[in-house]
Amino acid sequence: MAKFEYAPAPESRAVVNIRPSYGLFIGGEFVQSTDGSTFKTISPSSEEVLAEVTEAGEADVNRAVLAARKAFDGPWGRLSGAERGKYLFRIARLLQERAREFAVLESLDNGKPIKESRDVDIPLAAAHFFYHAGWADKLEHAGLSAGTGQPPRPLGVVGQVIPWNFPLLMLSWKIAPALATGNTVVLKPAETTPLTALLFAEVCQQADLPAGVVNIVTGAGETGRRLVEHPRVDKVAFTGSTEVGKAIARSIAGTRKRATLELGGKAANIVFDDAAIDQAVEGIVNGIFFNQGHVCCAGSRLLVQENVAQDVIMRLKRRLQTLRVGDPLDKNTDVGAINSAAQLARIRELTEVAESEGATRWSAPCVLPDRGFWFAPTVFTGVSPAHRIAQEEVFGPVLSVLTFRTPAEAVAKANNTPYGLSAGIWTEKGSRILWMADQLRAGVVWANTFNRFDPTSPFGGYKESGYGREGGRHGLEAYVTTGATR
Amino acid sequence: MSAAVRRTQTRRSAAGSAVTDQRIEVRKTYKLYIGGAFPRSESGRTYEVSDTRGRFLANAAMGSRKDARDAVVAARGAFAKWAGATAYNRGQVLYRVAELMEGRRAQFAAEVAAAEGLTPARADRVVSQAIDRWVWYAGWSDKIGQVLGGANPVAGPYFNMSAPEPTGVVAVLAPQRSSLLGLVSVLAPTVVTGNTAVVLTSEQRPLPAVTLSEVLATSDVPAGVINLITGRTAEVAPWLASHQDVNAIDLAGAADADSLDWADLERAAAGNLKRVLRPGGNGADAVEPDWSRTPDLTRVKAGLETKTVWHPKGL
Repeated sequence: MAKFEYAPAPESRAVVNIRPSYGLFIGGEFVQSTDGSTFKTISPSSEEVLAEVTEAGEADVNRAVLAARKAFDGPWGRLSGAERGKYLFRIARLLQERAREFAVLESLDNGKPIKESRDVDIPLAAAHFFYHAGWADKLEHAGLSAGTGQPPRPLGVVGQVIPWNFPLLMLSWKIAPALATGNTVVLKPAETTPLTALLFAEVCQQADLPAGVVNIVTGAGETGRRLVEHPRVDKVAFTGSTEVGKAIARSIAGTRKRATLELGGKAANIVFDDAAIDQAVEGIVNGIFFNQGHVCCAGSRLLVQENVAQDVIMRLKRRLQTLRVGDPLDKNTDVGAINSAAQLARIRELTEVAESEGATRWSAPCVLPDRGFWFAPTVFTGVSPAHRIAQEEVFGPVLSVLTFRTPAEAVAKANNTPYGLSAGIWTEKGSRILWMADQLRAGVVWANTFNRFDPTSPFGGYKESGYGREGGRHGLEAYVTTGATR
Repeated sequence: MSAAVRRTQTRRSAAGSAVTDQRIEVRKTYKLYIGGAFPRSESGRTYEVSDTRGRFLANAAMGSRKDARDAVVAARGAFAKWAGATAYNRGQVLYRVAELMEGRRAQFAAEVAAAEGLTPARADRVVSQAIDRWVWYAGWSDKIGQVLGGANPVAGPYFNMSAPEPTGVVAVLAPQRSSLLGLVSVLAPTVVTGNTAVVLTSEQRPLPAVTLSEVLATSDVPAGVINLITGRTAEVAPWLASHQDVNAIDLAGAADADSLDWADLERAAAGNLKRVLRPGGNGADAVEPDWSRTPDLTRVKAGLETKTVWHPKGL
């Protein structure tokens, strides 16, 4: 067969119309901040300024929370579940209709390959709204009352803070269940990726969602802290680092605010000698190089059985040489840009530490663009469990390889982390999958697959990966009260 | 502890003086229960426990930081096996606790009456409720997985299933007022799903808890699954709240505890993101609920994680 030469296949930017500047979305309209502070959001693949975004201060956060409270006490609170659900169905449909626009904007603002934003992020975001829409009038069937005899009731105003790795998808994981259960929200997107959240505000307008039900406040950590600590916020939902998660847990201690925390991870992806090796290699690649490794549940620690380690690593490196790193809008691109200069610095620091601690570095030979933030897919071998690269979350396209001999050793090494978000198992032996799945202290276990997500499937961690679940019947629980006190 | 002096007939002693043929009751030493053994506090300290009218009942062991840490080690050691036991087995083990309590109900009733100032009839009812609570939770062991778990209809060719699992080692601040029924009401839902527990008993009313530990030691509850520490709640609770190998903490006993602010404990618990079950009440208040009410699943859920497993379907 003839070998085809690479030719770029860029997705058109024309589908999206980025405004030069954006206000805050409060009470159903875009408004200016009280003190006029702004910041710029750039495209990490080119460092081009995309737009100027408003930095919400204390007064703005307060205004947004009060708008959400007013909507909760007013039109939204009076709506029946069935009618509430219809708004969510509308939003799901609008996201589907404008999917390409969202995908292009997401890839521009975040740096992720268009094939991921187009095929994963945006379709899943729409699916989350569609799924939760159907729950709105069926909550009493969700088994949430736990024998209290009380129907589930919304909590009130939810303050939500989301990360930059899946901006619109994380928004949908947060907003869809909150609205389905009858709450109103104030959401703060990450400062490096605010644009799809602001476009989502337009979707809320197109859906005629009552004013104040969804409020979007942009800003950095300080804005998020003000939101989380606002006394009239009844519930906090956060996805981000374990460090910030702990600060949030401390800040709401002694109050009656509830929290769901989706935090960091250092997942083990465990390959046994009887695994279908080529499938496993695809799973390893998907596990750690999907979304540039900016995934809290990424399979960042490869645990491979010693007798097949050489073979697996050889095939893995061969496969990595075929990955195309570059322009996020090119439909051929497998690995896009690192989201920010700060994140790139963090990845560089941890990989330098790994080398200095004695691990062996290998990076895929690829030409990186001159402008923007880039990091070649990298594999460390000779990693010991005590190395920082085996313990700390890199949140980048960096894989650590460790080996094991027995299933018990694999379990011990996999669980040797303060995190507990996800894990992977590769073996053709069914009983071993089920035994391993029982032993692994992780909220999501992928067997012979990795990085699968679905609105019906609860997601969330053990230990320092946080608490609460998102998705499925379980995810609703975080957004309702059933009056249970014991 | 009751004045068990029995008079029989008067005799003459060898020396010729008159003696009463009375029997002096053999009193119990109230100790800690850690890893299936009954140590005194390593600190060597005890504190006086009185009934509600201030009459001396016993010197209870005053547990220390070290005792709490030893208890966590014991609980962690027992976790894998207890969590890995079949639900049927755990249900029978809890049921057996009820069986053995039934046999000791007179002793429990007397201790609860003294500790809580109840009439004998009322204390007897409380003991009945405590026994029945073990039975209620025992029956949950092999049902909770089906009630809280299930298959998830994902949009793709995958088997996808969620099931509850125990979170690990749970620190439990037992209620201060309800010395037995309250204790059982927080303990049984913790261990029924496979968690292991380190319990700080009621500070002022610890004696029924110690007697319960004697029941546990002679039942089928494996050593280390339940550990009970008597002592000052405000002294020991912060060490458990900040302990890095404790996965969850139940703050029920923060209500009416001396010199204790549950907000401090919750802040300390954030250090390793423990799951925190806050005390009842509103705002900063901590209120001890009415334990006689039929429980719901709130306390069971507080000690559970949801694990979701995916596998592709295909030929």
